[in-house]
Amino acid sequence: MTLKPTALVAALLLAPTLVLAQAQPVIGIITKTETNPFFVKMKEGAAEAAKAAGAKLLTGAGKTDGDNAGQVTAMENMIAAGARTLLITPSDSKAIVPSIQKARAKGVLVIALDSPTSPESATDALFATDNYKAGVLIGQYAKAALGGRAPKIVTLDLFPGHPVGAQRHNGFLKGFGLNTLPATANDLATDPAVVCMADSFGDQAKGQTAMENCLQKAGEVNVVYTINEPAAAGAFNALKKAGKDKGVIIVSVDGGCQGVKHVGDGVIAATSQQYPLKMAAMGVQAGVEYARTGKKPSGYTDTGVTLIAAKPMSGVDSKDVKTGTELCWGKK
Amino acid sequence: MKDKLPPLGTLGPFIALLAACAFFATQSDNFLSGGNFSLILQQVMVVGVIAIGQTLIILTAGIDLSCGMVMALGGIVMTKFATELGLPPALAVLCGVGVTTLFGLVNGLLVTRFKLPPFIVTLGTLNIAFAITQLYSNSQTVTDLPPLMTALGNTFSLGGTEIAYGAVLMLLLYGLAFFVLRETAAGRHVYAVGNNAEATRLVGIPTQRVLLGVYVVAGFFYGIAALLSVSRTGVGDPNAGQTENLDAITAVVLGGTSLFGGRGIIIGTLVGALIVGVFRNGLTLMGVSSIYQVLVTGILVILAVTLDQLSRKGAR
Repeated sequence: MTLKPTALVAALLLAPTLVLAQAQPVIGIITKTETNPFFVKMKEGAAEAAKAAGAKLLTGAGKTDGDNAGQVTAMENMIAAGARTLLITPSDSKAIVPSIQKARAKGVLVIALDSPTSPESATDALFATDNYKAGVLIGQYAKAALGGRAPKIVTLDLFPGHPVGAQRHNGFLKGFGLNTLPATANDLATDPAVVCMADSFGDQAKGQTAMENCLQKAGEVNVVYTINEPAAAGAFNALKKAGKDKGVIIVSVDGGCQGVKHVGDGVIAATSQQYPLKMAAMGVQAGVEYARTGKKPSGYTDTGVTLIAAKPMSGVDSKDVKTGTELCWGKK
Repeated sequence: MKDKLPPLGTLGPFIALLAACAFFATQSDNFLSGGNFSLILQQVMVVGVIAIGQTLIILTAGIDLSCGMVMALGGIVMTKFATELGLPPALAVLCGVGVTTLFGLVNGLLVTRFKLPPFIVTLGTLNIAFAITQLYSNSQTVTDLPPLMTALGNTFSLGGTEIAYGAVLMLLLYGLAFFVLRETAAGRHVYAVGNNAEATRLVGIPTQRVLLGVYVVAGFFYGIAALLSVSRTGVGDPNAGQTENLDAITAVVLGGTSLFGGRGIIIGTLVGALIVGVFRNGLTLMGVSSIYQVLVTGILVILAVTLDQLSRKGAR
């Protein structure tokens, strides 16, 4: 495509007026997938906040978790559609960085939601759960709930190399007072009390398979750490089928409505609840603020995490199932 | 003559499975037990039943990419019909199996009537089934199922080993498929169509009807797999089945069935599925990351296809 010089000049002259004339802020939100309930809720939170602030919201996602190209395409399309703020949950924390740099060079505000880019400074700001702390809370709870018994722990992790999986796992060990690694580590720490570690991919069926194999390996187990609540449900299924569910403490992270219900049913002992709606709403508000005043947020904002447990343990702060249900995400 | 000495392509999968079992038996004290083998059977029953349908299609030199998504849709239909519409569980399951069979029919009609390549047809229906599953379920897991619906996930005790009814069903289905493919005219026609469709047509076998039948029957098997998946996990999961198409093709290829059609035995597919299950289980027992199972699967797939190619050249 070639542009005549006159047309170029006209475009340059018109460009600032076009930006000024854009009364309604346009904000894009790009999630990892369209279908994961966590991201569905995140988009709902963004839509509500956008409606309240009179902003226009564009949504997009990758096809599957890990689909970087799909997210890049969505970003490009949104910028072309006039978005001045992009909220993104990076599927691939490194691969997305060059595209984010391009967008920021055009003056677009980019905020990472839920998970950081690598390096974290690639985006203007990060609004996310402190996943290490989420792990610490359930680690402390599991230790208190176990009382004096010797721990025999199974960890059903995400998959190798994912920072969120490492942070929750290592945080859990930290809370339990076992060998661990710091929040910045990307590897899973091990301890003799952990009798089996397996990848669940955050999926119920795969979590069940992993737990069955761990029971086969370890025989007796009294604490199960799970990366999220679907994996916890899978672990419970496996324990129940093996007739070993009694006295086993399952802890998890997420605080989805189904998960909180499982806390009420006694399937999960405690879960660290996170707040996707809040992340998205804060992102939209920041985008509106940027459109109105040109002020950009910066750095990391912790969107909070709350321990939800049916049976409170002394020395560990937790909220009951009723509170968890009020604050949960997903179908109540 | 040919029947006396099975070629390496046929024996290969069995040897690989035995070698893997022998290896893990030396690495873990917990591997060699009835309970553990029963567990592995349970863990492969969903992909195992899908792979029966996939084998039938691959024997005709076709391929089905839609199988996992069609299964997920079947699972969502049966669980939602039972919980939200309040249908009796048996009827709801029938509806779910009906939907997957209907998808098989659509695949088959597009392949036979419009002469479209199976790869493209099933790529299309994969996406359609996925979208309908997500839209109909609103991407939400279906819970609180009637107990009858998950009965196949229950176990019975045989000599102290707990065996899932679903795993037995899978073995019975393999037995049935083995018998039909080997002993009936319809079964031999499936091989004939895969070997040389034109020659088969010229001797008066209705090749189009055989092909259509294969896709419909495969769809029916996906419905059974949907029921097994629901009974195993106890929920209707809209995100089920996302990797089952490639997992099933992997099982078929590991089992020694030729992707060029016309050659292969159905029991090989079961062995192929078991090889993947044994590695996943064995590596966990050893405390090794499951990513090595993926690595080994990749290597075995290449080996299996190489063996097939070599034996085809040898046959010429």
